[in-house]
Amino acid sequence: MVLPTLARPAPRVPRRRPAPGRPRGGAVLLPLLALAVAVALQEALTRTGVLPGSYFPPASQTAAALLVELGGATFWQTLGSTVSTWLLALLIAVPLGTAVGTVLGLVRPVEAFLRPVVEFLRPIPSVALIPLVVLTIGTSARSALFLAVFASFWQVLVPAIAGVRSAHPIALDTARSYSFTLWQRLRWVQLAAMLPHLATATRLATSTSLILVVTAEIIIGIPGLGHEITMSRSVGNAARMYAYIVVSGVAGIVVNAVVKRLERALFVSHGIGAQA
Amino acid sequence: MLLITDLEKTYPGPNGGFTAVRGMSFAVQDGEMFTIVGPSGAGKTTLLRCIAGLSAPTAGTISIDGVPIDGPPREFAVVFQDYARSLMPWMSVARNVELPLVKHGSDARSRRRAVEQALAEVGLADAAHKKPFQLSGGMQQRVAIARAIAYRPKVLIMDEPFASVDAQTRADLEDLLLKVREETGTTIVFVTHDVDESVYLSDRVAIVTRSPSRIDRIVSIPLPHPRDQIVTKSLPEFAELRAQVFGRIREMVHDAALADA
Ligand SMILES: Nc1ncnc2c1ncn2[C@@H]1O[C@H](COP(=O)(O)OP(=O)(O)OP(=O)(O)O)[C@@H](O)[C@H]1O
Ligand SMILES: [Mg+2]
Repeated sequence: MVLPTLARPAPRVPRRRPAPGRPRGGAVLLPLLALAVAVALQEALTRTGVLPGSYFPPASQTAAALLVELGGATFWQTLGSTVSTWLLALLIAVPLGTAVGTVLGLVRPVEAFLRPVVEFLRPIPSVALIPLVVLTIGTSARSALFLAVFASFWQVLVPAIAGVRSAHPIALDTARSYSFTLWQRLRWVQLAAMLPHLATATRLATSTSLILVVTAEIIIGIPGLGHEITMSRSVGNAARMYAYIVVSGVAGIVVNAVVKRLERALFVSHGIGAQA
Repeated sequence: MLLITDLEKTYPGPNGGFTAVRGMSFAVQDGEMFTIVGPSGAGKTTLLRCIAGLSAPTAGTISIDGVPIDGPPREFAVVFQDYARSLMPWMSVARNVELPLVKHGSDARSRRRAVEQALAEVGLADAAHKKPFQLSGGMQQRVAIARAIAYRPKVLIMDEPFASVDAQTRADLEDLLLKVREETGTTIVFVTHDVDESVYLSDRVAIVTRSPSRIDRIVSIPLPHPRDQIVTKSLPEFAELRAQVFGRIREMVHDAALADA
């Protein structure tokens, strides 16, 4: 299993400009059209037997399976446990990464001291820790939570260190010359300079933690979307399996869109790249 | 009294680094308007940063009322040459002006009044709720000036504060500075490239040499107060003083060109 998001290095440079304005007209219609064509093609290929229907059930069957699931009680429970673990992971990883990053960014000796540890732990693919986690934490949702926090923590930590150091020297001089307290300087100058870095990091951490929660559910068998995917496969219900894959994908798209919106609102209200 | 004695500032670097200021000595009296003029790259910003306690001198001492300056003194305010960077981009203009006034136990109402008054004085009453990025460069510079004025410092340090405003605004800000000085007795140390401005504003004008920079000479400006943009500038004494400062700077540039050749 490939986890592309994990392989990506953490961003060093924040995006100065907000995402281009929301696509309109053709920009919305064209992708929808492409999606419709792909679904129709898949349907045609499986119906005509070009693709084996037992591996690739027609899109209509997947849709029907999804409708059945939507009506059942387990679906919402399943979705709820995946989403809650995922959100909890973000709620832990982002503040933790920010706090630790702030300290490491400001106190250079501590950062120099801990850098080898960070550089050793950071590249470890979180999935490689699954056996260890099963042994130590067990097979509960806490294991998925730990893996998701572990993976997204680094994605926040590194930009947080860069961000707290990105405050402009003149802004820092201003804080000094007006005798800001340490707390005032942190709040008004350095945390603010971190925000664009953190916004990007949070967006990345959002995808990463979803990937890890679903992976942990698949491999460890923790109740959630991932578990339903493997369960459906093992009982030979391919349509239901695809239904849950679709749900995982949609969940990713929705949360990514939400975080992106928050990010844009933040950039606009902070006048970063908002000149356009 | 602000006393600078044998100040030297060397920036670290290869070949012993770069000495921007060497053997600089002068004194600024309480309530004095003291202007520094000199060639670009001379070391004027370096000097101001040392006075402001933002940069430690390599040698020599700086003291205020006999107390050595070894960090930014609480009662000093600085208007930076790089004014845009000194504003917090994510805060409104009013909030920017207010920040230095936010001290433990300070009263929000009187703070707001001070902010409103300072913004009105620099002609930005209408921009209070805008963000710095929504303002022109000259307006941003006026925010930085309003912030310094609202702070009511004992010593106000200004590094080419009027460099990016139009002629009329510049004249207004010059008069505002004179008024603030008159009303509050603030000591002002001011760097400018504009000889007319230096003569118009000052009690004394210091001409500094190219780096390693030291005082070349100090010209007293005994023009009467209150000063007026038209009346003062049409006095024959004004023209004479202006010629004196200007002539000395031209001589220095000329000598430097000969020395380089
Ligand atoms: N941080 C630094 N490190 C090394 N050299 C520096 C540093 N800051 C300034 N200098 C050098 O010191 C000299 C004086 O710089 P300074 O900024 O004080 O000049 P200035 O008189 O303010 O010039 P201007 O009128 O153009 O603003 C310049 O040659 C500059 O290159
Ligand atoms: Mg300068």
